[in-house]
Amino acid sequence: MMKFKKTEETFFKFLMLFSTFIIVAALIVIIISILYKGLPSLSWEMVSQTPKGGYYFGKEGGVLNAIIGSIYLSAGATFLALLIGLPVSLLLNIYLIKQKRIVNTIRFFLDLLWGIPSIVYGAFGFTIMIYFGMKSSLLAGIITVSLFIIPIMVRAMDEVLKNVPMGLMEASFSLGSTKSETSYKVFLKQCSTGLITAILLSFGRAIGDAASVLFTTGYTDNIPTSLNQPTATLPLSIFFQLSSPISEVKSRAYASALILTIIILVISVITRIVSKKYDKHKIKF
Amino acid sequence: MYDTPKIIINDLNVNIGKQQILRNINVLIPENKITIILGPSGCGKTTLLKTLNRLTDLYEDVELTGSIIIDNIDILNTKVDITRIRQKMGLLSQRPYPLPMSIFDNIAYGLRISGIRKKRILNEKVEHYLRQASLWDEVHTRLKDPASKLSIGQQQRLCLARGLAVDPEIILADEPTSALDPISSQAIEEKFIELKNNYTIVLVTHILRQARRIADHVVFMYLGDVIEQGPAEEIFNNPQMERTKQYFKGAFN
Repeated sequence: MMKFKKTEETFFKFLMLFSTFIIVAALIVIIISILYKGLPSLSWEMVSQTPKGGYYFGKEGGVLNAIIGSIYLSAGATFLALLIGLPVSLLLNIYLIKQKRIVNTIRFFLDLLWGIPSIVYGAFGFTIMIYFGMKSSLLAGIITVSLFIIPIMVRAMDEVLKNVPMGLMEASFSLGSTKSETSYKVFLKQCSTGLITAILLSFGRAIGDAASVLFTTGYTDNIPTSLNQPTATLPLSIFFQLSSPISEVKSRAYASALILTIIILVISVITRIVSKKYDKHKIKF
Repeated sequence: MYDTPKIIINDLNVNIGKQQILRNINVLIPENKITIILGPSGCGKTTLLKTLNRLTDLYEDVELTGSIIIDNIDILNTKVDITRIRQKMGLLSQRPYPLPMSIFDNIAYGLRISGIRKKRILNEKVEHYLRQASLWDEVHTRLKDPASKLSIGQQQRLCLARGLAVDPEIILADEPTSALDPISSQAIEEKFIELKNNYTIVLVTHILRQARRIADHVVFMYLGDVIEQGPAEEIFNNPQMERTKQYFKGAFN
């Protein structure tokens, strides 16, 4: 019996180590390959200039249009998603606290929406654009991408808010707080770190997605100056450059991927630092 | 023998789903006394306490019938503004749940939501209520620190101060000492004895010794029924019902 337990322990320990190894190894391989293929092409020119004529044949220029475009698009979409997602997650956890069945149904549909591929959101956004007679533009992209990240944001926030103990909610109500005071003055403070992580997760999905912006945002070599203009994005920029037969352009695709990775990294680090500041009031249970 | 009742509970029945938690509860809670709701675990004490400020509203499938009259108002009437009623009552729970903010803001929270904004008044009141909960001397140098930095015993006193700050008439306490060490427990008990001159206190406990130490009035419950109630001396010295006698002998512990 003891021998079996020991074998069991060893087996599961090995299994956990192996699984962790696979994930970490995959990440390292991806990073090394974009570094190896992209670093030679990464230059100040790449991040400071828009594509000049002949850029896509290996001539001078950079992907500033896509960098700025991606940041505009994801920031806009994340902001729009936050305006809708935060109230929904508060509704699920505070206003509908007694209606567990309704809440679980809503959660089920949000999980379904989470699973829908982003190209479907892209097609959906495109249909709506046609209906309103819109052309592919930054605004259309922001709306489509926000639709696609709302379920992700809501469920991520929902998981955080769900973990607030009942006792804290009772404490807040017993002081005479209304539901909105409980939401905005107590729950948001208690959950700030988790909520920021949820926003970051959604931003990461927004900036990294190519399919939803393919029809809706379009592509351009210029930096957009209004919401009605088509906008370039990094994932599409990578896609176009990668499908080029010219090796120099291919290498620039990896450099663009590197830029995208660095943007996400920088934003992650900044949010961690900012959220630490708000974390000190959190009550640990 | 009864003093003026502050809370009158008439024919209260509480069901959660198909399960009946409380059966035909009729209880009078006297004003400015410590009323102890005593009984073994799972007898419905906590549920009874939570119906008093309708925290039961937060739970699914809870059905209440009967009436709970506080100052001539039936608080189970759904038209009553429940946030106003809750401000009449402070709540201490089994373990402290300080709000996720600084020590100062924990006390000021209730004041602010009831409309007090002036910095000077807030400062005065925060000091007053921290002193009332015997916490001022320990925390006055670090009011801006997060409440989570305090020890559990200090947090429970902070919750008491926070509850008192909304100027309630009633204090509800649900086994408020169960997570505390003996010294902190004693501090809370002594506080209650001091506070009963101005507040009506309803305290739930299963600790018989605690009940003997501080009770003025006792409600003994068993499996959803009120078995016996009356002034503490009568109940402790001369219990009428068999169940009460057994409990006092330690039959359920």
